[in-house]
Amino acid sequence: MPLTNETITKKLTEHFGDQLTDIEEPYGLLTFTAPKDLNLKVMQFLYDDPELKFRFLTDLTGVHFPDRKGGELAVVYHLHNLEDNVRLRFRIFTDIAKPDVFTATSLFSAANWMERETYDFFGVNFVGHPNLKRVLNVDEMDYFPMRKEYPLEDQTRTDKDDEMFGRGGHIGI
Amino acid sequence: MARPVRFNINAQADVKLVKEGPEGYSGEGFFATSLDKVVGLGRANSMWPLPFATSCCGIEFMATMGATYDFARFGAERVGFSPRQCDLLMVMGTIAKKMGPVVKQVYLQMAEPRWVMAVGACASSGGIFDTYSVLQGIDQIIPVDVYVPGCPPRPEAILDGFMKVQELVHNKEVIRRRTSDKYKELMESYGIQ
Repeated sequence: MPLTNETITKKLTEHFGDQLTDIEEPYGLLTFTAPKDLNLKVMQFLYDDPELKFRFLTDLTGVHFPDRKGGELAVVYHLHNLEDNVRLRFRIFTDIAKPDVFTATSLFSAANWMERETYDFFGVNFVGHPNLKRVLNVDEMDYFPMRKEYPLEDQTRTDKDDEMFGRGGHIGI
Repeated sequence: MARPVRFNINAQADVKLVKEGPEGYSGEGFFATSLDKVVGLGRANSMWPLPFATSCCGIEFMATMGATYDFARFGAERVGFSPRQCDLLMVMGTIAKKMGPVVKQVYLQMAEPRWVMAVGACASSGGIFDTYSVLQGIDQIIPVDVYVPGCPPRPEAILDGFMKVQELVHNKEVIRRRTSDKYKELMESYGIQ
């Protein structure tokens, strides 16, 4: 019997009760929100369960929602069951003032660099990460460029300030 | 039947196979001119380019090196990949800020005399990548002699830029430009000893 989204949802709600919210299936991809303290428990359950077997971390990234007070930063996990070829996605929200999230490196080695990247761009502090430092941007950078309060454009340049270059307008927040 | 030869040397065409030599005094069996002219002539026609190709402009440079555009006919036959042996740094492509120190180090490893050519919009000004991670023109870290516009520039434009460099090497600059005050001042402004 192929693994369906209904089976996964049923197993998850049996185990976690109503702690998992916003369960939906956009374009057939099972998506839900977990409390931020439960991120490892959810992944461990999905990994260990003999029927679910989500044992591959496809992607891990962040999103910044500046209007979502108290949970501005989201961390998104994409998991893949390679045997049944089923994917799912879940996210956790954390306060931007204290963006501490448990690291998934003990469960997935692939999370190492992806968490470094998420830290690099969004400033999510992965608690327990073995080497949490910038991976793509220059080491001298002192801010997290993908947070919405920072403009996309390079600020060191003065000759690109006219309307032709999109400078001086809105910065998306 | 005579085969059509477009640039027949005996035909009346405005094609010079040999560039005119430098000014000087010639007599039977000898030619005298100043040393800097000879050295400039030699340098301009045997440039060793160091291609620093990071993206699509580098692909255009590959076409420039190919048989159709034939970069070699300008004396730039030998593309070196060791900065110590080269005298023209051709930066082709987007230089991310993280790449900046690498470009500078490559430049520092080149021996004088050295020239720099910024090929394409990204190397010249950051191009379309007006973003926090991209260096807004390599002239922020190293001095540039010739800028080639285009996104990417066609091989003809790269050749034109190269001929501009040759002109600089041959005619426009004194032969030991590193001793000039202007050059020293320029290097000083980039923090290069």
